[in-house]
Amino acid sequence: MKTTATIFLFPSVSHVLRAESLLKAKGVRCKLIPVPRSVSSDCGVCLRVARKDAGMAAAALREGGLPVLGIHEI
Amino acid sequence: MPSVRMPELIYLDNAATTWPKPRAVTRAMARFMEKVGANPGRSGHRLSVAAARLVYQARQEIAALLGCEDPLRVVFCANGTAALNMALHGLLRPGDHAVCTSMEHNSVMRPLGALQQQGVLVSVVQCSSAGELPVEAVEHSLTPRTRLIVATHGSNVVGTLFPLAELVEVARRHEVLLLVDAAQTAGAILIDLRRTPVDLLAFTGHKALFGPPGTGGLIIGPRVPVQEFPPLFQGGTGSLSESEYQPDFLPDKYESGTPNVVGIAGLAAGVQWVRRRGVEAIRAHEQAVTAHLLSGLKELAGVTVYGPDDPSRRLPVVLFNVDGQDPALGAHLLDKKYGIMCRPGLQCAPVAHKTLGTFPKGGVRFSLSAFTTRRQVERALRAVAVIAGRR
Repeated sequence: MKTTATIFLFPSVSHVLRAESLLKAKGVRCKLIPVPRSVSSDCGVCLRVARKDAGMAAAALREGGLPVLGIHEI
Repeated sequence: MPSVRMPELIYLDNAATTWPKPRAVTRAMARFMEKVGANPGRSGHRLSVAAARLVYQARQEIAALLGCEDPLRVVFCANGTAALNMALHGLLRPGDHAVCTSMEHNSVMRPLGALQQQGVLVSVVQCSSAGELPVEAVEHSLTPRTRLIVATHGSNVVGTLFPLAELVEVARRHEVLLLVDAAQTAGAILIDLRRTPVDLLAFTGHKALFGPPGTGGLIIGPRVPVQEFPPLFQGGTGSLSESEYQPDFLPDKYESGTPNVVGIAGLAAGVQWVRRRGVEAIRAHEQAVTAHLLSGLKELAGVTVYGPDDPSRRLPVVLFNVDGQDPALGAHLLDKKYGIMCRPGLQCAPVAHKTLGTFPKGGVRFSLSAFTTRRQVERALRAVAVIAGRR
């Protein structure tokens, strides 16, 4: 199956919300979604961005000093 | 039967907690209870996420108000006292030296007293009889073992403001941490952590930030070694649930257990109200009503007013005594006969009263807020004139 989106995992929901605000400030579209079961059995949330924006998102998060626990393509 | 007219109530106890609150605060709290209600950060369902958003928005509001660049550095606590205890007990070990001032509230003095009994060395810098801090004395009291300077930003007893920028400068030059008790000043005085990078800023939500009681927090700056700063409590954080050890990242490390989301929702609305109105505009109003109160009290024979004369060097907190009258009796008369509510006594700060020379009897404290009007001040002045005349 062709992957179309990239998800970013963070240590806590506070980090997810901080990441969302950093990405929005950079004009990167993202959506807060439950962590897919294929990635983790945890019941938390993560950020989904279009695959084409993943590089830009990663750079923005690095610049914001935000720890990313994992990056997965779905 | 003739009706008895009750006087309009005048609330002058805003340094204890501000009242009234902006309507938006009550509305935000009701909205959370009725429409959200869930536990933030504990699940991915929509209401849990909505609750987490409310908490995050509160962090953003506070960070924006105080010039903190990273909202995740805003850690919520039960109140300002919890924030101060967390910082003091977390950072000071036996053998460490801490410097505080002789104007501190018991929320600083009592934890320091307990730590002293465990072997922490404490120096108390003597302030002037007007409650002002000689910063050079802070610098002179530093030793090679000094880990922390802790100082109030504004006195809850007499309203004196301490020079934040100079304290930051001293702490940085000597490479010690600075903990500031901003209980009275956050929201009342412009604080910009980009310009005055205080390492640990303890705030309360229910005073000049106009949130409800049961809210407060600590802003933890980048110079603070989080790895060497244990929290007071450990527990569930909603993060790293697979681990039996506390997360080591902000804010979760210091926020165990379900937070007071209803209070935090109210606090976010309070801070938003302050930001919309503007700290400078609030300060200008409070300074004007305080100047009016100060000059009126000083004209009254038999009334002694404490603290600096210049309203720009103080908070809207005014301490006075009617000569020969017990402050508790004065406050009782003001409440019973004139509907004026204030706080007599020592205001939980005995060391500050010793500095001012008002220990052990204390004084009558009038503390004003953004909602206090000139007319209320005038009525309060007339009431004090009467109680001073009948002493």
